[in-house]
Amino acid sequence: MISELIRKNTGQARFSPRKSSLALILAGIGVLLVGLMFAHARFQRQADLPALGAVAAVVARLELTDLALFTEARYTRHPSQADLHSAFQDHPVALEHFPTGSIAGPPAGLRRRHDRLD
Amino acid sequence: MTGWIEKNRSILDFTLSSLLRRKGKNLSLFAVYTLVVFMLGSAMFLTQAMKREAALILKDAPEIVVQRLLGGRYDPIPLEYSEKIRAIRGVSTAGPRLWGYYYDPVIGANYTLMVPRTDAPPPEKIIIGSGVSRSRKAGQGDIFSFRGYDGDNRNFTVAGELSPESELVSADLILMAEADFRGLFGFPAGQATDIVVSVRNPKEVLTIARKVAELLPDTRPIVRDEMVRTYDSVFDWRGGIVVVLLMMALLAFVIFAWEKASGLSADEKREIGILKAIGWETSDVIAVKAYEGLLVSFFSFSAGLLAAYGHVFFFSAFLFVPALKGWSVLYPEYRITPFIDLYQVAVLFFLTVVPYTVATIIPSWRAAIIDPDSVMRS
Repeated sequence: MISELIRKNTGQARFSPRKSSLALILAGIGVLLVGLMFAHARFQRQADLPALGAVAAVVARLELTDLALFTEARYTRHPSQADLHSAFQDHPVALEHFPTGSIAGPPAGLRRRHDRLD
Repeated sequence: MTGWIEKNRSILDFTLSSLLRRKGKNLSLFAVYTLVVFMLGSAMFLTQAMKREAALILKDAPEIVVQRLLGGRYDPIPLEYSEKIRAIRGVSTAGPRLWGYYYDPVIGANYTLMVPRTDAPPPEKIIIGSGVSRSRKAGQGDIFSFRGYDGDNRNFTVAGELSPESELVSADLILMAEADFRGLFGFPAGQATDIVVSVRNPKEVLTIARKVAELLPDTRPIVRDEMVRTYDSVFDWRGGIVVVLLMMALLAFVIFAWEKASGLSADEKREIGILKAIGWETSDVIAVKAYEGLLVSFFSFSAGLLAAYGHVFFFSAFLFVPALKGWSVLYPEYRITPFIDLYQVAVLFFLTVVPYTVATIIPSWRAAIIDPDSVMRS
């Protein structure tokens, strides 16, 4: 009875890793995954370049000026071509009422460029 | 050196045991921390990648587009303007572009109707973008009926589709012949939507644009650089606003971290008191607290960063799509190319880890200078 309670010495070392070892292994895996993230981004960019080139070719062939991201209104569909002076809409500088629009204006440099050209 | 490593490993062991003793509290901190990094990281990755992608895609956009302004809004431009522009020294070509918008009441979407200057479809035939094809469930041979300016319906047969790969720029496009376009909108002959100008020497683009504005004062030249910068500003301010909104969450997180670090429980105080009573120095207790912060920050930041990367570049930022879409009915389906760099990760680090560290450093120091005698007596 008592002998059952006494741990038998089998001569084999029991493997019980220290918590710090586990934490360091996990940290290593974390660093590795972040490294893999950068590597994946790099390879994916290389792989996507031909596709982006094909899109750029469509832009060149059809003489497009904007991305078809926000098709809800004409000044969000073609923000670079929108009117300059219409109140409340039609230009990136103007206030917006569509959800696509935003609160702040573009950088001052952009406004200056418009002013000088227009 | 080995002694120093062993000492620090022992402190790390102790720190981990201490963190695991308060699993619930620390897991909630990890979850909130990871979520904050994930949200900020997703917003930053998305806006930066879209900016870079827009710049790459629009690098071959027209060098100058000349619009005519009338009453502050753009108006059809007379074709003879292109002759005048072509006469400017340094201009290589100047040609009219015909395009406009058509609202389709069937699905409530806006299409961009366009006449390509080369390879335009034959009369009564159209080529449609993938977004149009998907929304209308239409393909080659199907017929679209558009209501013209005079109230008459005009039928067009789909002759083909633009490649799905180009959806980001062509989702809502419908290409048609010039005669069909003019007939549908009642667009007067001798006028175009705008004029596309190409320049011999790219360095002279701004000079030519200025000359156009001087020669034709009722026009507005838009240079390619401005088109790209429009997207820079669109994504900059959109990303900026998301970050500003998330600042509230960041602030709440900092308060949460401060509260967690400063509100030491009686058990924790007793633990620190006993450690100091048995010979731990203040520097050792500070090391424990520093390791605690380091472990929580490292694992939360890595998890949040990886989750943000997966969200944006594997799942096309599906959580942000409703905000990006706005009221658009047609929305391009596209995968975002991962344009990320160390700078973005560093900015994210300074926006999340630094506030957390600042919020926890003083409470940690206070915990470390606890007087063991008073703690154990209380």
